[in-house]
This record gives sequence, structure tokens and C-alpha cells, in this order.
Amino acid sequence: MTASETDGTRDAPPSMSGRRSLATALAPALTVAVSLLGLCLLWNLAAGVWPSRAFPGPGQVWQVLLREAASGDLLYHLGVTLGRVAAAYIVAMIIGSVIGVLLGSYRRVDRFFNPWVILFLNIPALVVIVLGYIWFGLNEAAAIGAVAVNKIPNVVVTMREGARTLDPSYAEMATVYRFGRLDRIRHILLPQLQPHLAAASRSGIALIWKIVLVVELLGRSNGVGFQIHLYFQLFDVAAILAYTLAFVAVMLVIELLLVQPVERHATRWRRRPA
Amino acid sequence: MQPVGAVVPLKVDIAEKTFRSARGVSITALQDLSFEVRQGEFACLLGPSGCGKTTTLRILLGLDKDFSGSFQLPQGGSNRIAAVFQEPTLLPWRTVEQNVRLALPKSLRAKNLDGLFDTLGLAAMRSLYPAELSLGLARRAALARAFATEPAVLFLDEPFVSLDEQTAERLRHLLLTVWSARPTTALMVTHNLREALMLSDRIIVLAPRPTHVLGVFDVRLPRQHRNSQVMSDLLRSFHHRFPDVT
Ligand SMILES: Nc1ncnc2c1ncn2[C@@H]1O[C@H](COP(=O)(O)OP(=O)(O)O)[C@@H](O)[C@H]1O
Ligand SMILES: [Mg+2]
Repeated sequence: MTASETDGTRDAPPSMSGRRSLATALAPALTVAVSLLGLCLLWNLAAGVWPSRAFPGPGQVWQVLLREAASGDLLYHLGVTLGRVAAAYIVAMIIGSVIGVLLGSYRRVDRFFNPWVILFLNIPALVVIVLGYIWFGLNEAAAIGAVAVNKIPNVVVTMREGARTLDPSYAEMATVYRFGRLDRIRHILLPQLQPHLAAASRSGIALIWKIVLVVELLGRSNGVGFQIHLYFQLFDVAAILAYTLAFVAVMLVIELLLVQPVERHATRWRRRPA
Repeated sequence: MQPVGAVVPLKVDIAEKTFRSARGVSITALQDLSFEVRQGEFACLLGPSGCGKTTTLRILLGLDKDFSGSFQLPQGGSNRIAAVFQEPTLLPWRTVEQNVRLALPKSLRAKNLDGLFDTLGLAAMRSLYPAELSLGLARRAALARAFATEPAVLFLDEPFVSLDEQTAERLRHLLLTVWSARPTTALMVTHNLREALMLSDRIIVLAPRPTHVLGVFDVRLPRQHRNSQVMSDLLRSFHHRFPDVT
């Protein structure tokens, strides 16, 4: 801070003109649309060159998608899988954050448990899933637990990093003014951890939904993973692609409509670059 | 009405405070530091940079428990303490008003803060985030937070450093205004003699590290009479008593 700065508010960021901001907002969306359209065309072209049941074109996949949607199957299995993704995500984020913050705050505890973290980071997802089903049975809790256990070490590592960056002066201020435990978590801890929570969330959802499909394939009788398994046995590639694309679309919509707005809200206090 | 502040004065009796670095080097910051601040009095700890003033405040605030000796905070009244740290230490993710209210005990959370914000010239900034404030305004918000809690004792750690002199002077007057509205036992750390003479009832003069009290300089004159003529007289008599202190 320079001594010459006056005792007033800083300049507000210059506001952009309405038209320019609309154009700048639309340009990336337009690029995405054109890019996806290009991929579809290429796909269509390739499927036309090598016509095969194993490689259906986008038109066929679309037909299957409409059929499955009309019968209600698509929505049901999407819903079931989404529920598992949400449950595993919440469990993994809560447990991983608590462990990560503890390890990041206590150096000695971290030194002791670090080998465990590395071990769990390197256990293949498949092994955890198989062991989960063997030890706890082919049930919902084992399925969700196995997915969460796969994700927890990643969350631990990210949140441990976050806890190491905590600024002690805020905690000291909270001590002097006798903040309650809840206020400390809500107003001191979580806002500082927010960037790391966001990072863990992003990589978390991407990883979790892929593992959930495997869990469903191995030991559940519904969900997108189960359907893909079913159509694999029927050699129905169009249906496999229909379910896959539908679920990818759902995850992207969630990212766009849930994750990004939440993040924007959580970082509203950061000064926009002038 | 409850007596403002407390019945017991602030009593400090620190035998020793030593920092030990990881490599085994130890620095004794405080040695036989004892002083008292009377009830409702505004006192300044005046000492050179690095002598251990912040260390002393951290001990009194309960943030550093690794020392030998004892101290007694004013009791009775609210028995709350408040601090204005060397940095404003506002939560960047909360607005100015939220920052102030969060520091309040549950019973005061909903209290009317209009008067305090008006006095400190923050009325228009209540809904701004700290990053949108200049350092001077952030310091005012930190003062608002401290005074809003109606503490039994108030600690201030060089609240006016790194401000240009004009802004610092305005803030000193604001501090006096809010303090006079509710005189609270206060201990302010500074290395600025003129500031200490302008604000305090008594100045506790500290030696360089390891610090102890060199002497106490009482300023009995009411603050509103401390014009520039009086100030230079005070300066002269201070230098007469403490010729080595600048
Ligand atoms: N955490 C610490 N570890 C080691 N030395 C410290 C620590 N904090 C302060 N010191 C030393 O103690 C002395 C007093 O510091 P401080 O109380 O901050 O001085 P000031 O009077 O300027 O506020 C300084 O010499 C400083 O180097
Ligand atoms: Mg200091």
C-alpha cells in the first residue's frame, strides 16, 4: 500500500458496454456448439464409410435415446446413478476434508499417516470395489462406500494442502473475539478452504461418476453402468452410446447449473480485475 | 448503569519471554516487564521497533501462553477483550458490517450500529468487502469492530502505521471520539512519541530488547487542551525525563 493513497474507496472497475459483454459471453458458447457439431459430422461421415452394428452413426444413437427416454428407462437409470454419485461425493468430501484438514494442521499426525494416504492413493479402484462387495455384500452401502473410499485419498491430499495455507491471523482474531465453534468453521475455515474444496469437487465428480459405472456393472441391478453391461451382452453399441452420452450431458449440465454458480457465489468477495 | 470497563485494573508481571528458533538460537524478548493500567485509562506502551511490544500484547490477548510470569485483566463489566491488530485482519469474504457483527457476542449481534458507523465515517461502506476499502478505511472498520463489542479492555497494536500522516491524524481523532463516548481501559502500542502524547493518560516507556519498563510518564492534561503549544511543552518535559528516547 502506498502512502499517497487517499482515504477513500478504490476506483470501481470500469463497466463494459452491454453489447460488448453480450458478444463476449456468446462467443465461447458459439465455439463450443460449432465444435460439437463438427464432431457429430465427422462421426456421421465415419459411420457412413464403415457401416457396422458395432459403430452406429449419431442418427441411430439418437433414435435409441428417444426410445429409452419414452419408455422411462433412461430417466430411471440416470436418476439411480446420479443418486449414487451424489451420495458417494458427499461422503467422500466430508470424510476427506476432515482428515485432510487434520493432517494439514498437525505436522506429526501427518508424518505418521502420510504412508497410509500414499498406500490408499495407489490401490486400484477395482480392488476396493471387489473387496467392498466381498466384505460387505452386494448392497447399496458397499457400492457407495467403495466409490467414496476410492475418492477420499484425493480429497485428503487436496484439503491437506488447503489446511497448510490457512492464515493464522484470522484464527487469532477469532480467538480474541471468542468466536463459537460453528462460526469459526463457517466464517474462518471454510472460506479459506474454498478454492481447495472447489478443486477437490471438480476432480471428485469427474472421478466418482466413472467409478460408479464400474460399481454398478459389478454388483448392482440398476443404473447406467448396469444398462451398459446389459447392452454389452446384447452387443447393442447404439444403446451403450446413448446411455453414455445422456449421462455425460447430465454431468455437464450439473457442472454448468450447480457447480459454477455455487463457485461464483462463494468467490463473490474477490475483487473483479479492473 | 454498569461501571464502564472494570473494577480491577490491568496488571502485568511478565518475568520472561524467550523465543527459541528451530536451530536452537534463543531470543529473550521480555525480561521483568511489569506495569499497571488503571481503570478507564488510556495507556500507551512506547518503545523502539523490535523491542517486544507486539509480543507483550499477544501474551495479554492469550495468543501466546509460552512465557513465565502472570497478568491480570480487568474483571467485572463485560470481561470481554477487543483488539485492533497491526494489520486490519478483516475477513475478506465478509462485508464490513458482517465483520463487525461476527465479533459481537450473541446477545449483541442484532444491536444498532448506526451511531458507531456514522462516527467512524463508515455509514456508506457497510456492505462493501474489505478488498474494496483503502487501508485507512479498513483500519476504521477494525476500530468499529473493537468498539462494537463494548469490551472491558481494548488492546491496539500500532493501529496507524503505514498510513500517510494526514490519514493517520484523522484516524487518531476518530479513535479519540469513539473512545471518549465510552472510555474503556485501553492499552495501545506505538513507537510514535507524538501519537502517545496526544492520545494517552500515561505512557509506559520501554527499553530496547530484552524489554522492561524504563519509566512511566503521566499526561494529566485533558486531551482537548493538548494544542500544538502544549504538545511541544509535553515533548520537552518528556525528553527531559527520558533523554535517550526519541
Ligand atoms: N515468533 C517469533 N520467533 C522468534 N522471534 C520472534 C518471534 N516473534 C517476535 N520475535 C522477536 O522478538 C522481538 C520482539 O518482536 P515484536 O514483539 O514483534 O516487536 P515490536 O516491539 O516491534 O512489536 C523481535 O526481535 C523479534 O525478532
Ligand atoms: Mg509490533
